[in-house]
Amino acid sequence: MSLFYLLAVILIASAIFTITQKSPVYSVVGLLVNFLALAALYFTLNAEFLGVIQIVIYSGAILMLFVFVIALLSSGVGPFRAGPNRLPRIAAPALLTTLVAFGFLIFGIAQRPFGPLPPHRPTSFLGNVGDPNVFGSVGDFGVALFTVQLLPFEVTAFILMVAVIGVVLIAGDAVPQPTLGRHRPQKRAAEREPILKAPAP
Amino acid sequence: MIPWWAIALIKAAVILFVVVTTFAYSMLFERKIMAWMQLRPGPNRVGPWGMMQPAADAAKMMFKEDLTPETADPLIYRLAPFISLVCAMGTFAIIPFSESSAGIWGMGNVNAGILVIFALTSIGVYGISLAGWSSGSKFPLLGSVRSTAQMISYELALTMSVIGVLILAGTTSLVGIVHAQRGLWYIAPQLVGFIIFIIASVAETNRAPFDLVEAESELVGGFHTEYSGLRFGLFFIAEYLNMITVACIATLLFLGGWNPLFGLSIVPGIVWFIVKAGLFIFMYIWLRTTLPRLRYDRLMNFGWKFLLPVATLNLMVTAAVVAVTAG
Repeated sequence: MSLFYLLAVILIASAIFTITQKSPVYSVVGLLVNFLALAALYFTLNAEFLGVIQIVIYSGAILMLFVFVIALLSSGVGPFRAGPNRLPRIAAPALLTTLVAFGFLIFGIAQRPFGPLPPHRPTSFLGNVGDPNVFGSVGDFGVALFTVQLLPFEVTAFILMVAVIGVVLIAGDAVPQPTLGRHRPQKRAAEREPILKAPAP
Repeated sequence: MIPWWAIALIKAAVILFVVVTTFAYSMLFERKIMAWMQLRPGPNRVGPWGMMQPAADAAKMMFKEDLTPETADPLIYRLAPFISLVCAMGTFAIIPFSESSAGIWGMGNVNAGILVIFALTSIGVYGISLAGWSSGSKFPLLGSVRSTAQMISYELALTMSVIGVLILAGTTSLVGIVHAQRGLWYIAPQLVGFIIFIIASVAETNRAPFDLVEAESELVGGFHTEYSGLRFGLFFIAEYLNMITVACIATLLFLGGWNPLFGLSIVPGIVWFIVKAGLFIFMYIWLRTTLPRLRYDRLMNFGWKFLLPVATLNLMVTAAVVAVTAG
């Protein structure tokens, strides 16, 4: 239990660190710590697979993309200049959203108060939740993904596929942008010069 | 009764001692073998047969001045080598080296074993990319962007080639995979996957012929151009440890881990493991002396347009065969 509180403190502290830093790379490091602490939290719940995937996907892929963009866009080490102060404009909506979210949380916690696990523990596909190698393990995750959750899984895959095709369309075959207000006939793909020439054999 | 954490600490200390010693001597081994292949004597001054060369190198590293460029971001510049090293060392907590009646020779038998190793490797990339960015000069930045792109690209092919093995074994636990290879080593049914794994792992560990990261002729020293002294040493250790890790994983996944060859179970499993892993390390050194460095665009094209599709095809065929024969 003390491990939970330790990780929770790290989680919240790193989240605050992430949003208060001026230098974007410090924010990335804060977010990295945050993701790792969350993964550790999954490990304490015996949800190995969830924890590992949390690291591989979020830290390994998504956050790495952030680092890439930051490294390429701000090659100097200096922090970004502060923009206009937008706090007064967003204070009221932010406060409202936070209160509603907290309301839901407290409502949810009040439904099932803290205490020992109920006598009839919820079961997952491979056994009782909370036992090692059951909930969140590789096998359990796989069974859930390909039986009960098959439709959401396929829909997500489809959405990602659409995104991939969109990216290839945008990046792969750059159409020269016509200047505004003046009509310029576009060349067909075959007539255009290739952006990257294939290396000579 | 020794408490569990004391046992874990002792185990970790022993494993790290062995692994770091292996690193020191595989470095000497590499320099010797490269020298012989190029008809040179190699290091032979420090100690008999150059055996004390690693100690001399370590001493040199420690007493060199530790420079931080004025343009660097001091905190992240100092943090980056540790990220690399900790991730490289962390993988050895999951690798089982052998097995006896007392249990597994290693820190623990993690159920998601191979996935944890992938997770640690993906964190290790941060060491390189943050080092390149925080140095605040152009060569490290270019080197780190290159290496990060390379590692992310080849990680895909690497993972895809491993999944074939996971499907055959039906488990992600490294011990389980080795047990599943008691009859037939997976190098036979997964030959394509094995070849892809070897190619991708060379790129993943940034070794020649894929050592674009430190292409001296174009990038000075790549991401660690600005590093000197012990901090450079940490990157150096991490790089070698990654090579040892990859050799161990290849042994576990494709060469049957500590399973004996020809039923020679009189030879202990750990000897088999060391021999097989040593074979891979020798092969990496051999590759380095033999092949010239690839050009960057060819490297990326090869990874995305050849290696990844072949790995995907291999995976689909494996899955289909397993589905048909298991049903």
